[in-house]
Amino acid sequence: MVLDVFRKQKSIAVQPELESREIPEGIWSKCGSCSEILLNKDLDKNLKVCLKCGFHFRLTAHERIKFTLDSKSFREMDADVLPVNPFKLTDYENKLTVARSKSSLNEAVVTGEGTIEGFPVVIAVMDAHFMMGSMGTVVGEKITRAVEAAVSGEKPLIIFAASGGARMQEGILSLMQLVKTVEAVARLGDAGQLYISVLTDPTTGGVSASFAALGDIIIAEPDALIGFAGQRVIEQTIRQKLPEGFQSAEFFKQRGFIDSIVPRSELKGTLARLLELHLQGVK
Amino acid sequence: MAAILEFEKPIQELENKISELRSFSKEKGIDLSNEISILEKRAMEVRESIYGNLSSWQNVLIARHPERPNTHDYIEYLFTDFLEMHGDRLYGDDPAVVGGIGRFNGHAVTLIGHLKGKDTKENLVRNFGMAHPEGYRKAMRLMKQAEKFRRPVICFIDTPGAYPGIGAEERGQFEAIAKSILTMAKLKTPIITVVIGEGGSGGALAFGVGDRILMQEHAIYSVISPEGYASILWKDSSRAREAADVIRLTAQAILELGVADKIVPEPLGGAQRDPEAAAELLGQCLAETLDELVEIEPEKLVLLRHDKFRVIGALGAD
Ligand SMILES: [Zn+2]
Repeated sequence: MVLDVFRKQKSIAVQPELESREIPEGIWSKCGSCSEILLNKDLDKNLKVCLKCGFHFRLTAHERIKFTLDSKSFREMDADVLPVNPFKLTDYENKLTVARSKSSLNEAVVTGEGTIEGFPVVIAVMDAHFMMGSMGTVVGEKITRAVEAAVSGEKPLIIFAASGGARMQEGILSLMQLVKTVEAVARLGDAGQLYISVLTDPTTGGVSASFAALGDIIIAEPDALIGFAGQRVIEQTIRQKLPEGFQSAEFFKQRGFIDSIVPRSELKGTLARLLELHLQGVK
Repeated sequence: MAAILEFEKPIQELENKISELRSFSKEKGIDLSNEISILEKRAMEVRESIYGNLSSWQNVLIARHPERPNTHDYIEYLFTDFLEMHGDRLYGDDPAVVGGIGRFNGHAVTLIGHLKGKDTKENLVRNFGMAHPEGYRKAMRLMKQAEKFRRPVICFIDTPGAYPGIGAEERGQFEAIAKSILTMAKLKTPIITVVIGEGGSGGALAFGVGDRILMQEHAIYSVISPEGYASILWKDSSRAREAADVIRLTAQAILELGVADKIVPEPLGGAQRDPEAAAELLGQCLAETLDELVEIEPEKLVLLRHDKFRVIGALGAD
């Protein structure tokens, strides 16, 4: 349950003050993997995948929705649900304020309905830019409501996980969101409905150990960091360096925990194909 | 004699004085019973006052006390005909988790619990009660076996957390914990969960989806250890005492937050001072809870269990 994912973050938006004057703000980005300077408009056109090395930049929730759903099909649910601060911690209040203003989101997940190549779905998209996508009561509640909407609307569910784990500032209440979301997913499963879990960078801690691990189909993006324990904690415990590629999507696919690693360019098509294959009856 | 915690020193000093007086009185043949009983009364008052006003951090120390009764001790005190079952049928047997079948208060039950050691040697075997994936998978196997034979399940939680190691990750502990939560959510038999010491994060929660969640008086339950909270959020692990207050991990706090259903009293001074009395108090509470749960239809239990967790931390708005 440790938010130990900052050091892994390879995609860094170019800080204008750190770069030469020839790189104006918001026009260029630097690849976190190969350091190539890329035009933002080219990068966006390429679904925020480095044109040189194929590195997948982390997406905001709205970028993910734009790249996944048919245009103008998204109807957001629970958009106005605001964060809560159950223990009234000043530090936490400040962090929430900063996160809200930087991300223009109210919380670390955006949920709603839409279509993918015409197939209706309920989706929940986590955003690692909002307090590392950590799950507290509001994130747990919004995801639970999305799962319940999929059950009642008899629609397939797709969740894009992107989270460092449970949100520590809400204590035991955050931990209980693991149960709440899993309970909801259990009901979806009992109803015989499809749940596709897409693991993106990072999917760790309490989110990896709850709904994200329970998709009927589990897809990961290339090189996404996945796993329960934080790398720094592991290194401190076992007192050795971790091997290259430890806890990557490829690492877990090889060990049998992921169905398929799908590059972003093929993700929408893959989801559409899976949705079609799960339509009831003969086509 | 239980190891003495720093804050217990005033009690210890009085007790030392009492035993000095006793041996002096015996040696010299002088009657000091008055003086002794005054000191005994004083010692009791001091104990009551210290234990009546524990800080969260002091509670953490008691919950982690090396001589605190562990799952093995409670099995010895509370169960008859206990037969331990080993292995997950997939990879191996995790010594950090014990499971088996026994008789409790007339009911055949399945018992699953983390097992901490009492000393370094035992702890090396038991991995300090930190499970690997095969521990959760063994537990799931035993839970499903319990469901098949309509046995109630009792889970004892006592772990610093899931093991942060290479093997545990390689064998997919994220998946094992998620599946354990799912298995418990759907299990058609009564489940009682008791936090008997440390309830640390996902490793604890893997056995935490109960129809009733009990906490022993000095047990703790949290999303992260106070040390972890202080080092990650404040970059200063020396502020763990402060963090213990902030994250609200005492039995009383967990009850007030609507997660625990009941606090199981411990003998004055903590379970480690009188394990047998602690077991008796726990046994009474378990017996009452179990009698209540076995009356409920299994299908109904699953619905009620869902509803219980559905409202935890529910939002005030709409
Ligand atoms: Zn690149």
